Amino acid sequence: MLHIVACIKQVPDTKIIKMNPKTNTMDRASAPAILNPYDAHAVEEAVRLKKRYGGTVSVLTMGPPPAVKAIKKCIEIGADEGYMISDRAFAGADTLATSYALTKAIEKISKIKSVDLIICGKMTIDGDTGQVGPGIARRLDMPPLTSVNKVKEINVEEGYAVVHRKLEDGYEVIQSTMPCLMSVEKEINEVPYSSMTNMLKAVRYQPIIWAVADLEDVERTQLGLKGSPTIVSKVWAPAKPSGGEMLEGDVSQQTEQLLNILLEKKELFAVKGGDGS
Amino acid sequence: MSEKFDCIVVGAGPAGISCAYELAKAGVNVLLIERGEYPGSKNVMGGVLYRKMMEDVIPEFWKEAPLERPIVEQRFMMMDKESAITVGYKGMEWGQEPYNNFTVLRAKFDQWFASKAVEQGALLVNETVVLECIVEDGKVVGVRTDRPDGDLYADVVVLADGVNSLLAKSLGFHKEFRPDEVALATMEIIKLDKKTIEDRFNLEPNQGTTIELFGDATKGILGTGFLYTNKDTLSLGVGTLLSGLIKHKIKPYELLEYVKNHPMIRPYITGGEPVEYLAHMIPEGGYKSMPKVAGDGVLVVGDAAQLVNAIHREGSNLAMKSGQFAAEAVLLAKERGDYSEAALNHYKTKLMSSFVGQDMKKYKDSTHHFDKFPQYFDKYIPMANKAMSQMFTVDGTSKWDKQKKIWRDVGTAREKMKLARDAYRAWKVMK
Repeated sequence: MLHIVACIKQVPDTKIIKMNPKTNTMDRASAPAILNPYDAHAVEEAVRLKKRYGGTVSVLTMGPPPAVKAIKKCIEIGADEGYMISDRAFAGADTLATSYALTKAIEKISKIKSVDLIICGKMTIDGDTGQVGPGIARRLDMPPLTSVNKVKEINVEEGYAVVHRKLEDGYEVIQSTMPCLMSVEKEINEVPYSSMTNMLKAVRYQPIIWAVADLEDVERTQLGLKGSPTIVSKVWAPAKPSGGEMLEGDVSQQTEQLLNILLEKKELFAVKGGDGS
Repeated sequence: MSEKFDCIVVGAGPAGISCAYELAKAGVNVLLIERGEYPGSKNVMGGVLYRKMMEDVIPEFWKEAPLERPIVEQRFMMMDKESAITVGYKGMEWGQEPYNNFTVLRAKFDQWFASKAVEQGALLVNETVVLECIVEDGKVVGVRTDRPDGDLYADVVVLADGVNSLLAKSLGFHKEFRPDEVALATMEIIKLDKKTIEDRFNLEPNQGTTIELFGDATKGILGTGFLYTNKDTLSLGVGTLLSGLIKHKIKPYELLEYVKNHPMIRPYITGGEPVEYLAHMIPEGGYKSMPKVAGDGVLVVGDAAQLVNAIHREGSNLAMKSGQFAAEAVLLAKERGDYSEAALNHYKTKLMSSFVGQDMKKYKDSTHHFDKFPQYFDKYIPMANKAMSQMFTVDGTSKWDKQKKIWRDVGTAREKMKLARDAYRAWKVMK
């Protein structure tokens, strides 16, 4: 039976978050904490694969106690089990330390039930790095399949998966051995409105929570701030573009005006290092 | 498989949460369904929470609930275009435990209140719309939600779905409300720092004021405005009967803009930044508009039962009390294993013999009266303002002459009679 672990994160809703203009940090109180939107697609894909091939879906997150809410959201989508690692020692982790901690948790989950597939969202909307998924794959020595926008086939008995990877100009079809890790694009699926059965399951659900002491073979120096070599030298909110010109009229009038403007500003088309002809 | 609960409460506002809280506390298997993202996300009120009825549900709630400010002063402003007569009461006894009432922001407060019901064991499902009651053999036996496999069953369903209660309507408990039975309130939350608020309203730190606005605040249309102090925001709003807005062809947000720019209000909010804009309907039809509140397997509470005392801007307290009474009736019904209308009518009896029903009856004609005779708001308030201005302007005229002039300004003998009659009528509907 297929056992899929989906790694998820609770993030501030960056669509509405405000930046503190003085400290240049995110004012987390200004935005509600939500399930990272990419991760919802990861969980949904796991649930769909479960429906196709049978098996179980576990979700895993690292975060403070309120992140239980994000796990409940995953249960609403259809996950079976939720694991959370929560400890002060994890605080301040960058992607390296995060992937380390999650790897340790996945190793523990594997002992309960061996893991065939790990699915992550493409990236989180607060960090935008997309590094944690591949980081976990590297540590677990699994093939990392990034930018997956379709899972074509999974064969647990023979131990392979066939997926489509999104490319700039199309997609590529690749086959990988299993277990493997996929990080998925948003367009891989649509997350449907959850059923009442799942909603009720979610409100009653309590995830399994582990602290550092519950994990095995953990090197504490690799956790949290201590285990994070990333240095954030500067954070700033990009200035909103201002000025600009509004073109009015119907489409053909606007097109004509735009064309005239572009023709006047030839410098816009100059190729750097080229002769511009 | 559809699940069956002892009780399903539809709507997580003050009425629904109170009911679910009491039932869960008594060990009843209760499900609370909320359409918003979380309780409070879609709920609106000017912002006064009455201590007594809240305390009846959760003793000493002020020690942990997210409240804004305890109210130590209540002012009433009778406004004309460029003037106002203000009366009020301020008392330090309201500034200490157990307090009288508080300003609250519903998005925060309802969320907290619901979490207390969950702590008691109530199940809360958000983001779910109840489409209709499931009726079998004339009895309500559950609800149909908009979710896949969304039918849920219960011995009794409590409708706390708010002012427009489509569920009570679909059961035939009430008709579509007329525009003179509902008010539309619009409000803004205006951010201003704590210190400025306290200076402008003459307050000690963490004490609050409420100001009710009459007359020109609503351009003479039947309704009221309000200006309440929160921690670091002000709540400013206006509410008028829908019929008034229609008759005067005024859009609700125009009225709010008008009051924001009123010379009696503007200085309070100057420099503030509007951070939220809210609008909601208020059931103001009173006693005569109340629907049937108990049926076979179903109870109606709070705004859904039209439990609002418009004259005293009370609603959330009546809602909580009704929620408690409903819970009591459900417990009794459960004990007897009888959820018929006759058994559940215990709720109606308790409700109507309590202060809730008494006040609903006391003011049963008030809204209709003031709606029928608009002169109170559009004529007498300006007249009183003018009289005050004349009386207190020192210009060498004797006070006797001033009084004579004021009396003359009321108008012809016939109009004086009318004023006396209107005063008597107003007393009659309020007594």
